[in-house]
Amino acid sequence: MAEKIATRAAYGKALVALAEEYPELVVLDADLASATMTKDFAAAYPERFFDMGIAEANMTGFAAGLGTCGKKPFVNSFAIFTAGRAWEQVRNSVAYPRLNVKCVGSHGGLSVGEDGATHQCVEDLALMRAIPGMLVVNPCDGNEMRAAVRALLEYDGPAYLRLGRMAVETVTDSVEGYSFELGKAVKLREGTDATVCATGLMVQRALAAADMLAEKGVSVRVLDFHTIKPLDAEAVCAAARETGCIVTSEEHSVIGGLGSAVAECVSGCCPVPVVRHGVEDVFGRSGKAELVLEHYGLTAAGIAEKVEKAVSLKK
Amino acid sequence: MTVHELKLRAARARLLALEMVYGAASGHIGGSLSSMDILSELYGEVLRVDPANPRDPERDRFVMSKGHCTPGLYPSLALAGFFPEEDLKLFRSIEGHYSGHPDMVHVKGVDMSTGSLGQGLAAAGGMALAGKLDGKGYRVYALMGDGEIEEGEIWEAAMAAHKYKLDNLCGIVDVNGLQIDGKTADVMPSEPLDAKFAAFGWHVIKADGHDFESLRAAFAEAAGTEGVPSVILAKTTKGKGVSFMENNAGWHGKAPNAEQYEQARAELVSAIEKLEVE
Repeated sequence: MAEKIATRAAYGKALVALAEEYPELVVLDADLASATMTKDFAAAYPERFFDMGIAEANMTGFAAGLGTCGKKPFVNSFAIFTAGRAWEQVRNSVAYPRLNVKCVGSHGGLSVGEDGATHQCVEDLALMRAIPGMLVVNPCDGNEMRAAVRALLEYDGPAYLRLGRMAVETVTDSVEGYSFELGKAVKLREGTDATVCATGLMVQRALAAADMLAEKGVSVRVLDFHTIKPLDAEAVCAAARETGCIVTSEEHSVIGGLGSAVAECVSGCCPVPVVRHGVEDVFGRSGKAELVLEHYGLTAAGIAEKVEKAVSLKK
Repeated sequence: MTVHELKLRAARARLLALEMVYGAASGHIGGSLSSMDILSELYGEVLRVDPANPRDPERDRFVMSKGHCTPGLYPSLALAGFFPEEDLKLFRSIEGHYSGHPDMVHVKGVDMSTGSLGQGLAAAGGMALAGKLDGKGYRVYALMGDGEIEEGEIWEAAMAAHKYKLDNLCGIVDVNGLQIDGKTADVMPSEPLDAKFAAFGWHVIKADGHDFESLRAAFAEAAGTEGVPSVILAKTTKGKGVSFMENNAGWHGKAPNAEQYEQARAELVSAIEKLEVE
């Protein structure tokens, strides 16, 4: 049985695991340390942890100032606040001066569950992607998250990292030759009839969809886009050329996230049908996380349906 | 520097500010003139900075939180030796990087990119916190506008600076009483500023923002204050030094026409000449 762990939990453990190796790492939170999982770091390294209270704009500004002095600040809140509330601070105080600040948005997407629409951020990838020079990273499982945290500590510049609330199956640890490189998509499954470009917890669902379609004789390539910006254009264009159609899948609005990025890319290098699977320009609602995802069609079956549509659109 | 030398530097900086705004046909002259004596005291006397080593980790930091006042900051940096005065001709020009608002990536001596109001004090707080973490002796200064402090982030930063006992942080408010739409008292009454900052746990110092002895005493008091951050409420006159710009909100962000430029120039040149013979 594969490990099942929320990416936020893997993130919290990774911060502690890497703290000695990266003495400049400092962690800021906005009164959500138990939820964003920075609490273990806070307990282990209290002198390097700063609870800035419920004030995300100021937290981001403090991180910027710390960044000018050689620190590697990770700021933490829910995605809606890190990327939403403090968007303009991220843009003007972090990204414009190219400061080495990692903006971490936990509880991204609909899988927040019970808290409902106000806390289910389905726009963070779009908001962060629009900022010049901003890296946007959304790992799919605990294994990938650990690698992402290390890569972001090595990367000198502004970045956004999305974490998920619900436990997800670890799939990348069993991939032969798996290596994490910012900006490089990972091919999880080879296929010839269509490609699913997935990110975050939709990656596992894309693999399940590929299994379902294989039974129907449809061969699906699955690419894991842990980095949405910079987009791995080479992998996208190769998928377009070699499989003739693409489905994107994300726990995010179909506007502005991975789907938009892939469509923008494909239209310029090898125009083929691109069908976007995600949240259809609506707010979420309360419910158990898995049931909310089902309600909005963010399931393996939902992906499979889009793949069939994409294949039918091929000339 | 002596008070006389600082007065002369501020007078020259005011003329440079006028030339920049006239040359660019845009820019924020009113608040730049009101903050010029504060900036002269900072760059001439208070800040331990070295133009030859602008990124020295041990240096004091300055954050121009009221970032639109580049016609105040850039001449102060030029006269302190960070870059040639000649470069000021590139202000707001596509030919260079002397943007309308401070840009730390391209302009030597700028410690933080600012311009979006309300964000500078938080960044300065982060710098002060880093100094505490690393046991460094540098101090951090942030100049705010009295209109700017209507932004909530200023007060978030004020709470955090008090929580972390950032006595190496000194805020300065350029209290000129005016903002774009008129008097701060009408647009959004923010007084009493002394009671507000005191309630946030800050040590409050009042100063005359155009009197170098008053400013010097204020900065010394701030540097000697332990355990809490300090704020200097510096009373100023918007448009200081140009008769028709003084106390006139209309000159917040407007460039003078040719005739106005000549009159303003004559007044500022005369002030310099007077100081030169003193």
